[in-house]
Amino acid sequence: MALLQFTNKGIWCEQADVYIDPWRPVDRALITHGHSDHSRYGSKRYLCTEIAAPAIKYRLGKINLQTTRYGEVTNINGVDFSFHPAGHIIGSAQIRVAYKGEVWVASGDYKTEDDGLSTAFEPVKCNTFITECTFGLPIYKWKNQKEIFSDINNWWKRNKETGKVSFISAYSLGKAQRVLQGLDNEIGRIYTHTAVENINQVIRSQGVSLQETIQISKDTNKKDLIGNIVIAPPAAIGSNWSKKMTPQSVGVASGWMAIRGARRRRAVDRGFVLSDHADWDGLNRAIEATGATRVICTHGFTDVFAKWLREKGLDARTEYTEFEGETNEVISEEKVTGS
Amino acid sequence: MKNFAQLFTNLDQTTKTTLKVESLVDYFSIASDQDKMWAIAILSHRRPKRSVKVSLLREWAAELAEIPEWLFDESYNSVGDTAETIALVLPLATETNDLQLHEWIEQLMALYDKEEVEKKLFVLSAWSQMSYAERFVFNKLITGGFRVGVSQKLMMKALAKFTNQEENAIAHRLMGDWTPQSTTYEQLILSENILDDISRPYPFYLAYALETEVDKLGGPSEWQVERKWDGIRGQIIIRSGNIFVWSRGEELVTDKFPEYKVLVDLVPDGTVLDGEILPYKDGIPLSFNKLQTRIGRKNVTKKILEEVPVILMVYDILEYNNVDIREQALYYRRDILETMISEIEENSIIQISEKIDFSEWKTVADERDLSRQYVSEGLMLKRLDSPYRIGRKKGDWWKWKLDPLTIDAVMLYAQKGSGRRAGLYTDYTFAVWDGDNLVPFAKAYSGLKDVEFREITRWVNKHTKEKFGPVRSVVPELVFEIAFEGINASTRHKSGVALRFPRMLRWRKDKKVEEANTLVDLLQMLEQYG
Repeated sequence: MALLQFTNKGIWCEQADVYIDPWRPVDRALITHGHSDHSRYGSKRYLCTEIAAPAIKYRLGKINLQTTRYGEVTNINGVDFSFHPAGHIIGSAQIRVAYKGEVWVASGDYKTEDDGLSTAFEPVKCNTFITECTFGLPIYKWKNQKEIFSDINNWWKRNKETGKVSFISAYSLGKAQRVLQGLDNEIGRIYTHTAVENINQVIRSQGVSLQETIQISKDTNKKDLIGNIVIAPPAAIGSNWSKKMTPQSVGVASGWMAIRGARRRRAVDRGFVLSDHADWDGLNRAIEATGATRVICTHGFTDVFAKWLREKGLDARTEYTEFEGETNEVISEEKVTGS
Repeated sequence: MKNFAQLFTNLDQTTKTTLKVESLVDYFSIASDQDKMWAIAILSHRRPKRSVKVSLLREWAAELAEIPEWLFDESYNSVGDTAETIALVLPLATETNDLQLHEWIEQLMALYDKEEVEKKLFVLSAWSQMSYAERFVFNKLITGGFRVGVSQKLMMKALAKFTNQEENAIAHRLMGDWTPQSTTYEQLILSENILDDISRPYPFYLAYALETEVDKLGGPSEWQVERKWDGIRGQIIIRSGNIFVWSRGEELVTDKFPEYKVLVDLVPDGTVLDGEILPYKDGIPLSFNKLQTRIGRKNVTKKILEEVPVILMVYDILEYNNVDIREQALYYRRDILETMISEIEENSIIQISEKIDFSEWKTVADERDLSRQYVSEGLMLKRLDSPYRIGRKKGDWWKWKLDPLTIDAVMLYAQKGSGRRAGLYTDYTFAVWDGDNLVPFAKAYSGLKDVEFREITRWVNKHTKEKFGPVRSVVPELVFEIAFEGINASTRHKSGVALRFPRMLRWRKDKKVEEANTLVDLLQMLEQYG
């Protein structure tokens, strides 16, 4: 019997009868982070890190939620569970599962670069590592975020000079705050879409200091936006809401922007390659650092990445999950989350 | 090279034409004359001869990136462009390099007949000295297909702005088969007496498809109507006792059509004609397919000349007595043309595209319905007082094509697209029913909107039966209406037919798979229209 099994409800630990990031309602759910494909409504009891908790509560409403600290061990029917930083978004965790000397780690979503906002990724030694591979192709190699932020700020500056509103598209939870912290407020004011601002409030109220933002409301004078920047979720960009705020330049911050085809198809003015997922080198380094001999690829370029790992001598395979990774703008129907 | 790579980055970062023109002008103002020439050449599809095979580039890139070739291929499937895939997978450069664009190209050209080892050494060392954008541009110089959202026209616009010349003049100067080796920037762009080059053609005037009801065009008496012939648009230049034949792709194709040599004696010197290179036998045009086979041949043999002879179906005159008359009205040019052709003996290599007689639009519509009978694609409507313009311009010339033939077909296979459509399943193979079997008969990859491609891609991901490399066989469930311009018998296709320009007209969500058409329907069309 494997310590963790993949069922039609989620990643299941039979010995403890708990699920990690289940996609169907279960009795007890351990949640890596608050993105909607990892934390879903309907389970009876939830456990997550105390840093991730406010956003999860905000999104799922009234749930029975317990929290834990990074590194703290919770024993359930003889199985030791502990949460370790995944560096994906604020409070995100890898979940370590240990039983009778065997160790598995379910890493949820992760990135290896320290973004200064999420607790930085820590490799956890294990026998079996469950990994995402959203960007598991060697074409995805991120520059460090400092460089990207400088590109974003230069773009904003140029838009200001030409009298435009800058719109930057970023997911409400995680990417939006990361982008916000990277903006240079010397250039101008930072406005937000309601969906983003709601999450900002949640994060501020847990004691994290974010840059000052102004939420756009019905009373916002459109002329005041000229020369300033607006952070909005992908679905709001190009909607009736944003169309009125002209003249505008639209930027998208996403790992998918590494490919010209994806940029051109979106017909955005600028694509910034900024992702909260590990790039090719990040994935490979992270896996190596775990010392795991068995790897299970759950979402992204799973077939290809598992084959690559097998050729490197690891026992790698893929398992079906309902995780989505960084929603691929190429084919997804975008949705506004958190609003 | 750095400047050119920067130009590429700037062009790639905007969708606005004004900004693109600005970037180009900026580039022209800092680039050396030799670099300018190469930039102009590349942006007008005149790339240097390929000196390194693309398959080798891929192999070396995979080696340098320390990835197996299958993984490079998988990466390519997501990117859809070899030059870009290579630029993305390579490790970061360790050095930099300040060679100019033309120096890189000269080195590349010098590589042409070198040994593979030497080529590899050069390419690997080049990559190790380049940034991402430089690598992309460098790879594109080798692989060709330099599409960066800049049309030749946009480049000419920028060049005109930069040199303070008329756009038309620039367009004229850039035509012909010059290369940066055979001429200098000074000679091509700045020197006077450009008419010295007797082979130089005029830019073609291209028509748009009719957008409104035909009777909205105004009074019928203001228009000339001809059949739209299904051949190759050609410009025939007869100057100083020579003949030059240019095709619309600005290719000099004189040698491909030896039949036209006699025109030097038939047509007065100092004449430039616009017409259709039309396969024609026993008094009727042949199908376009035949002409295509003829062009594909390397040598024009006696046999092919007998099987697929061509005539010149002429419809306009641009130069008469060595004078450019493009600014004159169509009716005036037509008068000259008719007189000229009437003086040439009948039934010869040159024929005039007859005007259709009409006094009301209804007659025109009726004539259009007869198009297939004339082996034509439809009609051309030309305003009688129009000048011969440059490029594609709306208003004076319209093509009014026949409605395409259509058939409902089932999607069998899907493959990801490239370039702008990378990552999406956009190329499909379609089949019709033959009893209980589905017989593939056509491939199509255009006609749908991006949202539809996205929806179908999600569907393909969920309904894949088998993967064959980049191709996926899917559950036969989706029905599409396929439009095409013509149908011919073919021994190369399982279905026995080959379609001309098939594309998806719409996704028939309302149709069940059983309701798709059959092979019998297709063969009936072949009999009727083939």
